[in-house]
Amino acid sequence: MSIRAYMRKPLYDSRDENSIITVMARKGMLDYGSKGCMDTNDSLRVASLWHSMHAISQQLSPTTGCSEIELLEANTFDLHCFQSLTGTKFFVVCKLGTRHMEALLKVVYKLYIDYVLKNPFYEMKMPIRCEVFDINLTQTVQKDRVALLGR
Amino acid sequence: SYISDPRQTIYIIEKGNAVLWGSEISPSPPVPTATGNNAHMMYVFNRNGVCLLYREWNRPLHTLNPQQDHKLMFGLLFSLKSLTAKMDPTNAEKGNLGIPQLPGQGCSFHSFRTNTYKLSFMETPSGIKFILVTNPRTGDLRETLKYIYNLYVEYVAKNPLYTPGTLIRCELFNTALDQYVRSIA
Repeated sequence: MSIRAYMRKPLYDSRDENSIITVMARKGMLDYGSKGCMDTNDSLRVASLWHSMHAISQQLSPTTGCSEIELLEANTFDLHCFQSLTGTKFFVVCKLGTRHMEALLKVVYKLYIDYVLKNPFYEMKMPIRCEVFDINLTQTVQKDRVALLGR
Repeated sequence: SYISDPRQTIYIIEKGNAVLWGSEISPSPPVPTATGNNAHMMYVFNRNGVCLLYREWNRPLHTLNPQQDHKLMFGLLFSLKSLTAKMDPTNAEKGNLGIPQLPGQGCSFHSFRTNTYKLSFMETPSGIKFILVTNPRTGDLRETLKYIYNLYVEYVAKNPLYTPGTLIRCELFNTALDQYVRSIA
């Protein structure tokens, strides 16, 4: 049993409705090799699709107060999503039944705040090119994997 | 009134419904663990996007009119299936996003959960899609949907008075469905 996780982060500022700019930060394909890789265009399409689906799922809710899709369970993978208060969405694709992904996403959010948003050279809504962020992200995912599996 | 045919199966036709006499529904339903209505609503679509059935048990909020609601639901499922097929990390051969997938082709999702509801989805090989919307704490409903599919087969598909592709108006199916949904956790 192993964690197979790869981070895929589309960043969309929902306050700005006129310019839909999707920012992608792709990190570490662990264990899947090249099979799961997507090129940038496809990543952008997937991210936009995911954002629209969030909105549609809110409309179809039978009760009030629906905020986001938290978990999508498919046949071969699970997708956990976390939305910050500003509408930035982080989602992680992992193996079926992996637990504690919500905690991981919150940690990644903290990393994003510390290494990306507080970076004076980072422009909002642009692709993330912060080395420190990348390093810390890889370390976090590795640590998470070790903690859950002991290897 | 009844009609018996040489194969010794008897159809009972009553109030516009025909039921196969003595048929058994398999798989057997999961053991009911809770009483009361936990399900919000249910949709059944065919492969062309026609909404064959919409049952509502508990829906305080109606955002759109029924036609728009059905179209939106079908569109959401189509897009989600397309997304999961594309995002599948175990499959190297992937078509472009948005290509219609045949039932069973590519990785498909079986449920998603938001903070207010959980949507469970099942597509049969013939393209009939069953959607059940329940409260978010519900467990895995795949067996439940399989049982509902069997109810559909027995009460609707085998009904000689039902035309495929049209709205389901089988009272016995509705009753059986209501009764069963009331018993799921």
